[in-house]
Amino acid sequence: MPKQIRVALAGNPNSGKTTIFNNLVGARQHVGNYPGVTVEKKEGSLSYNGFEIKVIDLPGTYSLTSYSIDEMVARNFIIEEKPDVVVDIIDTSNLERNLYLAVQFMELGVPLVLAFNMSDVVEKKGINIDVKHLSDLLGVPIIPTVGHKGKGMKELLDAVIEIADQKKKSEVNIRYGDEVEKEMEKIQGLIKEESITINGLSPRWIALKMLENDKAVKEKIRSPKIISAAEEGSRNIQVITGDIPEIIIAEKRYGFISGACQKSVTRTVEERRSISDRIDKVLANRFLGLPIFLALMYLVFHLSFTYSELPMDWIESFFGWLGETVTNLWPKGEESVLKSLLVDGVIAGVGGVLVFLPIIFFFFFFIAILEDSGYMARAAFIMDRIMHKVGLHGKSFIPMLIGFGCNVPAIMATRTIENKADRFTTIMVNPLISCGARLPIYALIIPAFFPERLHTEMLWLIYIIGIGLAILGAWVLRNTVFEGESAPFVMELPPYRVPTIRGILIHMWERAWLYLKKAGLIILTVSIILWFFTSYPKPPESQFRNLSGEQKNEIELSYSIAGRIGHGLEPILKPIGFDWRIGTALIGAFAAKEVFVSQMAITFAVGEEGGEEKRDESLRSKLRDKYNPLIGFCIMLFSLITAPCMVTIAVTKKETGSWKWALAQLFGLTALAYVITFIVYQAGLILKIGIG
Amino acid sequence: MAKKMNLSELYPGEKGRVLKIIGARNINKKIVDMGVVPGIEVEIEKVAPLGDPVDVKVKGYHLSLRKEEAEGILVELI
Repeated sequence: MPKQIRVALAGNPNSGKTTIFNNLVGARQHVGNYPGVTVEKKEGSLSYNGFEIKVIDLPGTYSLTSYSIDEMVARNFIIEEKPDVVVDIIDTSNLERNLYLAVQFMELGVPLVLAFNMSDVVEKKGINIDVKHLSDLLGVPIIPTVGHKGKGMKELLDAVIEIADQKKKSEVNIRYGDEVEKEMEKIQGLIKEESITINGLSPRWIALKMLENDKAVKEKIRSPKIISAAEEGSRNIQVITGDIPEIIIAEKRYGFISGACQKSVTRTVEERRSISDRIDKVLANRFLGLPIFLALMYLVFHLSFTYSELPMDWIESFFGWLGETVTNLWPKGEESVLKSLLVDGVIAGVGGVLVFLPIIFFFFFFIAILEDSGYMARAAFIMDRIMHKVGLHGKSFIPMLIGFGCNVPAIMATRTIENKADRFTTIMVNPLISCGARLPIYALIIPAFFPERLHTEMLWLIYIIGIGLAILGAWVLRNTVFEGESAPFVMELPPYRVPTIRGILIHMWERAWLYLKKAGLIILTVSIILWFFTSYPKPPESQFRNLSGEQKNEIELSYSIAGRIGHGLEPILKPIGFDWRIGTALIGAFAAKEVFVSQMAITFAVGEEGGEEKRDESLRSKLRDKYNPLIGFCIMLFSLITAPCMVTIAVTKKETGSWKWALAQLFGLTALAYVITFIVYQAGLILKIGIG
Repeated sequence: MAKKMNLSELYPGEKGRVLKIIGARNINKKIVDMGVVPGIEVEIEKVAPLGDPVDVKVKGYHLSLRKEEAEGILVELI
């Protein structure tokens, strides 16, 4: 049995941590969640020199406070799970700020190895680091690595094994200034007096965190005596120094790092403008920045949709063919529930899940490039002014934009937003951005009820109502549910880097896999339920005599659970101008919005002969006979606002980690759709608009 | 005596030394964790196309701050 070592991989965002993780474990990795939170947890393992090394990738963080979920998750993992070694990946070209996290690990006293990553970049910049000397000063091993070239991995593993073998803990001796030290001593005394322990952490660390006003540690301490001592100490420090302890402590940490670096880092050439800065001169330029950003977004949008169309068609055709083949192979006269379940339920359902894969692949291919190259931070930098006005974050812009294509990858793309309130607000209002699948509904309704000269205007109007409601929704959420949780826009603009193909592929694969694993089952289940609702119960054969196929279909749908719900809902639907046909079609449309059109065709007994265009034309004339432009507009409005489809809801469940948000989105949007459509319809009736 | 001002009042290309951090507590914590501590030299690198946020050079890297956050950082012009 090989000896096991558990290694936690820590580091700043953009330090190249992911690349090193991939180097170490390769394909032997899997993604999960930390318990109770939506923070992603990646784990992997490798065998090396007779050791079985398990690597846990911690979230990328700059610090170990209790202010952000990521930092809490990283800290709790280290405190509670006690990994054998913590490897902190340091971006050497940004040494001092990266060492800030390392120093906090040393304060915790964990067994530590530092990987000085991107050491080649530093050499090129003319910065010389005496690694040996710095390692002695800090008392921890330092291994130079070059992540994207795979250099230094062996040495890193050797150091990990050595530290694990010796069980050597790191330590650091920072003096936080007389005032802070004095108060810390008092608190330490009280901790010892009451013999309080938290997971074996040193009293000095607890005292430090108490003065740093750390919520999580305060909650665990519970002793009112210690809490009031910490509060008093904090006030004393503020009175004497004029600063809150958090600032002084951070200042001393940085002072310590600066001191160590001064003794070991020398510059051989004057710092000059880096290539990255020169690229930024163009890409984030005052005048060019915005047009370049919009052009890039157009390109990403255009390419992902153009290229995913074909594979999506293939998938649809394949499942269509599969369904037909199974139908044809089925023994004649034996058409049972089983056949219908298999063809219309399972095969159609699996097809409905897989059809989203091309779009997820393509979008995340481009998103990974934007992310890994460092441009994503610039996009947020450029758009933050506008997004902040509506209560969102600069990083919310791209997910909102993707929403015009499809809300599913859009909601998945919110992962780059660190702050929970920003991220959840973006997820909740995203469906109000009118996705591509709603377009067939507008394309059916607009020509049916509105003169040609108004077609473009009507379409614009619908989209703008969606955007307006999304902005309003974000504002309302920010002022109710997420009140006062606004996150500071303190964000690093990392240097531009050439993304690695391997990194991009892993990123795409992860997204697609998570979609299939987490959302796939929900989607399949709901589509089978919807199939059942729209197919059962069957009307008695006696009703079918002398009827055409289309008329049969209409009777069947009307007789089914969905049809009955549609009929049953008529009293509720009447005030918004809908009848059972529209209601039934809307139930079917929960599978996918565009299904509304084919469901309407069934309720009007319009056949598929002559292709979709002909079907739509005859459907339009039936709609004109039955309804008026006001109702037509209300159908579009309701389709726009109500929950787009079960896939979106399933992805919201997956991304927020709870049914609470998914159901709130489903029912919230449906209620909003009802209220707004009600107001519009009633106002139209009173003002006599569009009812002629 | 150097001129004291808020970081948000500096123009691109101007440098300052941080004297004091005076904003809201949770924002401060994040700002100091990112290395903007008293005594450090900061430079306004550029302003976003729409006028906010700003790109501040700190310890050789770029940090983006909203103007309302930069207002909480007191600097002396150098």
